Amino acid sequence: MTVGGSDYPLVNPAAVAEPPAGGADEGIPRGGRVRRLSGSDRVVVALMVVIPTVLVIGLVWLPAIATVVLSFARWTGVGGLDTIEWVGTTNYVNVFTNYPPFVPAMKHNLLWLVVLFIFATPFGMFLAVLLDKEIKGSRIYQTALYLPVVLSLALIGFIWQLFYSRDQGLINGLLGTTVDWYGDSSVNIWAVLVAASWRHVGYVMLLYLAGLKGVDPSLREAAQMDGATQVQTFFRVVFPVLRPINLIVLVITVIEALRAFDLVWVINKGRNGLELISALVTQNVVGEASRIGFGSALATIMFVISLVFITIYLSTVMREEER
Amino acid sequence: MSRPESEAEYLARFTPPSVAGTSVARRTLLRGALGAGAAFGLPPVLAACGGGSSESSSTSGAGGSAAAGAVSGALKLGSNESDPVPKKAVQDLVDAFMKANSGVNVAVNTVDHNTFQENINNYLQGKPDDVFKWFAGYRMRFFAAQGLAGDISDVWAKLTGFSDAFKTAATGDDGKQYLVPIYNYPWAVFYRPSVWKAKGYTVPKTLDEMTTLAKQMQKDGLIPIAFADKDGWPAMGTFDILNMRINGYQFHIDLMAGKKAWNGPEVKKVFDTWTSLLPYHQADSLGRTWQEAAQSLQQKKSGMYLLGSFVAQQVDKGQDLDFFTFPEIDPAIGADAIDAPIDGFMMAAKPTNKAAATAFLSFAGTPEAGNAYVKADPSNVAANSKSDTSGYTAVQKKSAEIIGSAKSIAQFLDRDTRPDFASTVMLPQLQAFIKDPKNVGSILDSIESQKKSIFTS
Repeated sequence: MTVGGSDYPLVNPAAVAEPPAGGADEGIPRGGRVRRLSGSDRVVVALMVVIPTVLVIGLVWLPAIATVVLSFARWTGVGGLDTIEWVGTTNYVNVFTNYPPFVPAMKHNLLWLVVLFIFATPFGMFLAVLLDKEIKGSRIYQTALYLPVVLSLALIGFIWQLFYSRDQGLINGLLGTTVDWYGDSSVNIWAVLVAASWRHVGYVMLLYLAGLKGVDPSLREAAQMDGATQVQTFFRVVFPVLRPINLIVLVITVIEALRAFDLVWVINKGRNGLELISALVTQNVVGEASRIGFGSALATIMFVISLVFITIYLSTVMREEER
Repeated sequence: MSRPESEAEYLARFTPPSVAGTSVARRTLLRGALGAGAAFGLPPVLAACGGGSSESSSTSGAGGSAAAGAVSGALKLGSNESDPVPKKAVQDLVDAFMKANSGVNVAVNTVDHNTFQENINNYLQGKPDDVFKWFAGYRMRFFAAQGLAGDISDVWAKLTGFSDAFKTAATGDDGKQYLVPIYNYPWAVFYRPSVWKAKGYTVPKTLDEMTTLAKQMQKDGLIPIAFADKDGWPAMGTFDILNMRINGYQFHIDLMAGKKAWNGPEVKKVFDTWTSLLPYHQADSLGRTWQEAAQSLQQKKSGMYLLGSFVAQQVDKGQDLDFFTFPEIDPAIGADAIDAPIDGFMMAAKPTNKAAATAFLSFAGTPEAGNAYVKADPSNVAANSKSDTSGYTAVQKKSAEIIGSAKSIAQFLDRDTRPDFASTVMLPQLQAFIKDPKNVGSILDSIESQKKSIFTS
């Protein structure tokens, strides 16, 4: 701008440009290298950066990388690392061509996602909207609907077993049918999805209810003043305002579908119509004389699928932040 | 025991026995996850539970030990017997040992049955208990071959009362012994004599007679053969016995070792025979547990049930229950091979108290030890042939008789072959066969192809 290089017209460029000729300590308080942090602050900041980094690297990234590396190996998990035999992509070839449960597992995980996304999640949202109306006994409904979320999925599997058991179950007992709910591979995935949705609905309901409580009532009033119907108010005003909650609900739905495991494991260890990738990983890795490499290959495939969703989620969130 | 010795035991207190089989999965998973960590150098989970053994009482010397000289100190014993009945049986055996060796203080570390099995790798590679309960057969040889079990040939040299079949089952690939058998139990066809007497049925001697009997039962409104395979392993028992009847014991063992083809004519014949028998089996077996199938026998809705003698737990406490070995199919092969899985004790590769461990294993091989165990758990019979059989129930007496007369004893499919092959290939493929028997050709091709990918190491 000016010849002297100073942006401040009132400052004489010559006075600023000339650094003090004295000792180094003289320049520190006012110079470019201002020390804003005290020694203890620096330690705290360093710890705050280092500890989470170490935890994330040690507990997330190293195991993840080890899984990917091991997926190219054959190892029983017994003996030292020198007993690992490197076999290239054999495990992957076997997963895709020589492992009958793999394709059903992929299908079931996808089905899980679709069912939760199309039925359970919208239904949970619907219940939340109803409960938000402060109807009579709203607390009781809330508790009843949320109760399954408190229970572990393993326990849910057991509870539903009482309904579904072919010979001694409630459903067949009431209807007089002999449907083999858990054993017939053409119906058991649906039976399980009902149980999984039962829980998921309560979860989504609670999340969404919390979001609805946070909506500014004046927005609704304004919409009503403009003559909007209840449905219009929800879809045109409330739903868009709840965008952050919607995103969380969506992400939770995806996560629930990907990590679906406990329920099928309790029922029949993820076999015979209830194959899921997570169950296959566990079948192969956990246990005596395990197929660590083969299981790792399955886990890696699951990891890649998760990455797709994680990428979509992160890119959406980041775009959000840029705005 | 007023205080739980381990976390698993503590948690197990909250689980009613009826749920125990199912509700542990979350914990199992957790332990599995931790166990996976252990593979990367973290301290193993199970070993961490082993603590809590109290100081040895120093009043040694009074009771002369059965086999070894006076030993003392603390001895840690890992047990997978978490169900109440066998848990008490282990404790009774330990008490009997401590009575004879007052210098030794045994701390029993009981872990949930399935958890113990799934964590055995990490358990043995960490700091295992001095002695632990395990299974005979491939399941034992595998860990012995990895150097994870202690050689107890010196103990075996002094044991008496075990037939060669037991010694073979306790011997590793290197010809040394690694396991002291405690008890075993036969797989056979169980039935209720009161039903059979009322209907005038007789024990079939051949497969044809069995088929005829099954047809008669159907006419009489009974389900001929109770069947359940929700958990996947009961069908293995059916496969084992059919294969041993059709192709003989040696072929069965070779097949289990991966030396024979699964898609060859021999195995095909086994499955064809099975297909012909399936119409007489209880339908919808893949959703049923063995306990539920046993209930149909108990309620006299089904005529017979091929299962291990533990079925007695479900049927009238073993009253009004009899059984016979699966009938002959091929006269050239006969009917003298059965599945009779053996359980016993093994020693860790590097026990802390080797003298006490040796003394305990020597005691476990005595007839008295077998007596103490099966008295508390009467669904099994003592492995030692010199054990006192006078207190046996009818089922136990017959079990001992059948095992004694069997020429060849197999352990069970998941104990005779690689565990990974049994659980990740055979189990789902047998279920696939039961679901759609017509697919047997492609199922056997798939088994063979998967077998090759697993047995190459």
